[in-house]
Amino acid sequence: MTLLCTSVDEAVSGIADGSTVLVGGFGTTGMPFDLIYALIRQGARDLTVVSNNAGNGDTGLAALLAAGRVSKVVCSFPRQTDSWVFDELYRSGKIELEVVPQGNLAERMRAAGAGIGGFYTRTGAGTLLAEGKETREIDGRTYVLERPIAADVALISAHTADTLGNLVYRKTARNFNPVMATAATTTIVQVQHLVEPGALDPEAVVTPGIYVDRIVQVSS
Amino acid sequence: MSMVSPSIVEHTDRGPLGRDEMARVLARDIPRGAYVNLGIGQPTTVGDHLPPESGVIFHTENGMLGMGPAATGDAIDPDLINAGKFPVTELPGASYFHHADSFAMMRGGHLDLCVLGAYQVSASGDLANWHTGEPGAIPAVGGAMDLAVGAKQVFVLMSLFTRTGEPKLVKECTYPLTALRCVDRVYTDFATFEITGGDQILVRETWGISFHELRSRVDVPLTVATP
Repeated sequence: MTLLCTSVDEAVSGIADGSTVLVGGFGTTGMPFDLIYALIRQGARDLTVVSNNAGNGDTGLAALLAAGRVSKVVCSFPRQTDSWVFDELYRSGKIELEVVPQGNLAERMRAAGAGIGGFYTRTGAGTLLAEGKETREIDGRTYVLERPIAADVALISAHTADTLGNLVYRKTARNFNPVMATAATTTIVQVQHLVEPGALDPEAVVTPGIYVDRIVQVSS
Repeated sequence: MSMVSPSIVEHTDRGPLGRDEMARVLARDIPRGAYVNLGIGQPTTVGDHLPPESGVIFHTENGMLGMGPAATGDAIDPDLINAGKFPVTELPGASYFHHADSFAMMRGGHLDLCVLGAYQVSASGDLANWHTGEPGAIPAVGGAMDLAVGAKQVFVLMSLFTRTGEPKLVKECTYPLTALRCVDRVYTDFATFEITGGDQILVRETWGISFHELRSRVDVPLTVATP
């Protein structure tokens, strides 16, 4: 059952200290800015954040990091020209980093959402990022066992939802959002448009409402 | 012994290639109709030499096939970016998909070719392009490890020498590896190379240097193909 929230603050209520939080977006595209700002106001701390990047500029995820709420970041690409908030925290030892190849990051969340206990992949075989991980020869090639990433909460962004939680996205703002929606105990979505059931073409729904727990409409 | 002319072209009447020329030379070797992913940085500029009429379809790992050229002016849409996070355009016939699907098509061997930059490439085709391993360096891998093992062919676009003159084509990589034995070709300012999996690297074409001089400046066994 999808809960329609009247404010972003209501949407993020109850997120506990120490939670693992998936944050949608690729850079700032498709990032759920309003939910992140609500999470800063809500006050949960000691969070593990899983996102492709580690914040851009001083907004969105970077603001959550700057507020000191995040103890660990799991991401594929922290270092960017505008990642100064993360860079400073990392260099001063105030934040832990786990670097995950981007495809493994997506697939590990997909596995969690699909009830898969792990998967063997060639990505990373023979590199630093496979050290200490189980490997297996399959058809003459080396594969590395990667485990699922399941989370307490996913904060995601979509373009349009119906009131049953079915979601559609817009262009490359889709990115990690649909896969994150499947991998969390509580999936919270901010949308620009909210419509009645029947208004979305069922053939075009990307995230079926079964994955969505809370929706809040924000101004675009 | 019959005289067989080796299949190498040596352009010694000019200097090494400029950055844009390197991208053009690489683009020349991309087959019509190929599905191609261009890495961030200099590899992205290969697209400038492959207009839509080339039939090449660009994949960007943040969830799109049929990516068009960079967007400018009113065409800039914050919801439509490439892997380098720059605004791009959408060509007729484009499609969007989420990240797990985007990397599944890459890792599943459906992508014909990727172009990546590199710190080092080894004689056996090992690639090092994600981390210098220096103290204080913040590691960032992005999609490089997935692309390197997933694409059917991996082309590297890089300068042949570092700023201090060290060759980047090496016997064994000293930087942390991205993937083992994955590189097929290396396009540089001084020469193009083909990695065959054998003991020697084939040199296809040189600019501003002869094959013999190249051999003396690169510490890996080089040869030329015999037709």
